[in-house]
Amino acid sequence: MSDTKTKKKRKEKPPIEEPLLAPGHRACSGCGESLGAKLVMDAAGPNTYATCCTGCLEVFSTPYPESAWKMPWIHSLFENSSAVAAGIEAALIAQGRDKDVNIIAMGGDGGTADIGIGCLSGMLERGHNILYVCFDNEAYMNTGVQRSGLTPFDARTSTSPPGKRSWGNKTTKKNLPGIAGAHGIPYVATATVGYPNDLINKVKKALKIQGPKYMQVHVPCPLGWIHPTDQTIEIAKLAVLTGLIPIYEMEYGEVTRVRKIGKNRRPVEDYLKPQGRFRHLFAKGAEAEEELEKIRQIAEDNIKKFGLA
Amino acid sequence: MKEFIEGSMAVARGVAVCRPHVVSAYPITPQTHIVEHLSEMVADGDLDSQFINVESEFGAASVVLGAAAAGGRSYSATTSQGLLLMGEVLFNIAGLRLPISITVANRAVSAPINIWNDHSDAMVFRDAGWIMLFAEDNQEVHDMQIQAYKIGENPEIMLPVLVNMDGFILTHAYETVETISQKEADDFLPPFKPEYYLDVNKPITMGVLGDPNYYLETRYSLQEAIDESRDVVKQVAREFKEKFGRWYGDLIDTYRTEDADTVFVAMGSLVGTIKDTVDELRDKGEKVGLLKIRCYRPWPGEEVVESLKNIDNVIVLEKAVSLGASGMMADEIKASLFDTPHRPKISNFFIGLGGRDIPKESLIKVYNQVKEKPQYNQFVDLKPELLEYPS
Repeated sequence: MSDTKTKKKRKEKPPIEEPLLAPGHRACSGCGESLGAKLVMDAAGPNTYATCCTGCLEVFSTPYPESAWKMPWIHSLFENSSAVAAGIEAALIAQGRDKDVNIIAMGGDGGTADIGIGCLSGMLERGHNILYVCFDNEAYMNTGVQRSGLTPFDARTSTSPPGKRSWGNKTTKKNLPGIAGAHGIPYVATATVGYPNDLINKVKKALKIQGPKYMQVHVPCPLGWIHPTDQTIEIAKLAVLTGLIPIYEMEYGEVTRVRKIGKNRRPVEDYLKPQGRFRHLFAKGAEAEEELEKIRQIAEDNIKKFGLA
Repeated sequence: MKEFIEGSMAVARGVAVCRPHVVSAYPITPQTHIVEHLSEMVADGDLDSQFINVESEFGAASVVLGAAAAGGRSYSATTSQGLLLMGEVLFNIAGLRLPISITVANRAVSAPINIWNDHSDAMVFRDAGWIMLFAEDNQEVHDMQIQAYKIGENPEIMLPVLVNMDGFILTHAYETVETISQKEADDFLPPFKPEYYLDVNKPITMGVLGDPNYYLETRYSLQEAIDESRDVVKQVAREFKEKFGRWYGDLIDTYRTEDADTVFVAMGSLVGTIKDTVDELRDKGEKVGLLKIRCYRPWPGEEVVESLKNIDNVIVLEKAVSLGASGMMADEIKASLFDTPHRPKISNFFIGLGGRDIPKESLIKVYNQVKEKPQYNQFVDLKPELLEYPS
């Protein structure tokens, strides 16, 4: 077959657009959150307004006089990116500037699940046409890896250290997607930087839906989770394949689609062992079998609940 | 048009003619009537604003912050605990230089919980970078709304404004108010056109991290802007008088001080009671007058000094205490006078806290005490029987 013919037929590649979150910012090597934010904005494209909670994302992207954001972007406080986004939407409507624009509110797990949950709930309840994206790296990384409501069971953080009387974080992850879904909003999705195409597709899908949307994106943090910086994607995939981080979509409070793991299922140890935050579970003479069993049970419950098998 | 309306309605009418793009608030007594009136206007199609009901005052302040950042004129109202809950956002709004206007129906703070008037709520925010105006009556608070936007949105200023009115005493009082028509308002207040705002066509980053190399200068600029706003407050008061014929003073106002040896100093509705008291004392031959502080932030130091230059005794009446220190306004008056050749005796009193009634008799009693000797940090009308421990 002649090459020239096929070459002629092949569509020209569209020019690479400048990413809305430009490179050159100050995120750590291997940062899952910066990758997540880049993918979200790539998917959203131009004509997007963004608000951001206080946290790593805000700090590494906007140290004055630098900004990595090639879009209208505002950071106000730790807990109000959802409410600030609501105000932006209201002002755009009032000024007739709301046609064909996206509004994305962003926060980390602490800014979303803990201190910002009141504002988030208000935003979801009032029906604003806003996509809220929680970048879940499972602790307060910007302040030095303290425990949040989304820190997983038995994880070591600087405020949930394992010790003679502790195996680390005593609680399981707050079910924030479920809480968001319980508002009866049109779309909730979990995603992960481990599966970027899925993440991008979900952002695109969400932005086509009128009304409030909530996405929770699992983003490994090499610094806080204590894993090599080139393992971010691998760790993120293992979180899914072990059943510890279920990937699914909800519409009006009902689960509508899940990412099956089926035969690719891996034991939870494969996810836990490479991470320093779970090292105490595997230390010599740790006698952590009971704890590991509890973590296996969390994975088992997820697999059953969401039908991941 | 002259109308016999509630104070809260006077505020709502004053706000509505400013055509706010976004109004957001959370219910709290005695503020609520203001936003109830505004929500009715929106529901009836008389006011073309986005009215956002929120889950807290923290949310309300954040919503109006976002709206202003997107170039919208925005408004909220609150009081007491609600104002305190807004606190973190209030500082942020000033730092972001967003000229939002918030009406405070001044009320005591908890504990014990008390829904009645004093100034303990607003005074907490004297260092927040907000311009703070205090209204004497419902006509003034109606007129202050449009002045607030005109002051705050001045391109040289770009600062938020707290418009203070005494809870219940003004919010729930019916008075005849000359209301501003839409046409008059449009002539007086131009549309809000900030130089910088969030726009996809001209993207900017707002709310950056200011490290030690940069933060200091942001505070300097904030101080410079609020200092410069003194002239703008004065200018807007003059322009308002020219257009509407009404005058309440600018930064300050004085009443019968020309030949006075003693003056009361106060803010808010208490000013009205003092004017009556001054008249009564004048009838008895006392040389007494009044200095009304209309703009507490920026502090009108020069005007205070000028108005007190021939006064022997100053009686500062405050509806808030800086616990562990003194009266905030009294201290600032003293500080303003320190480097001047004439230093009158400054007596200071705490009065009307938690809504305790302030009759003329109490003011006359205070006046007589000061005539005898200066008084410091005195609580007016204490009930000694309530201070005794039960045996």
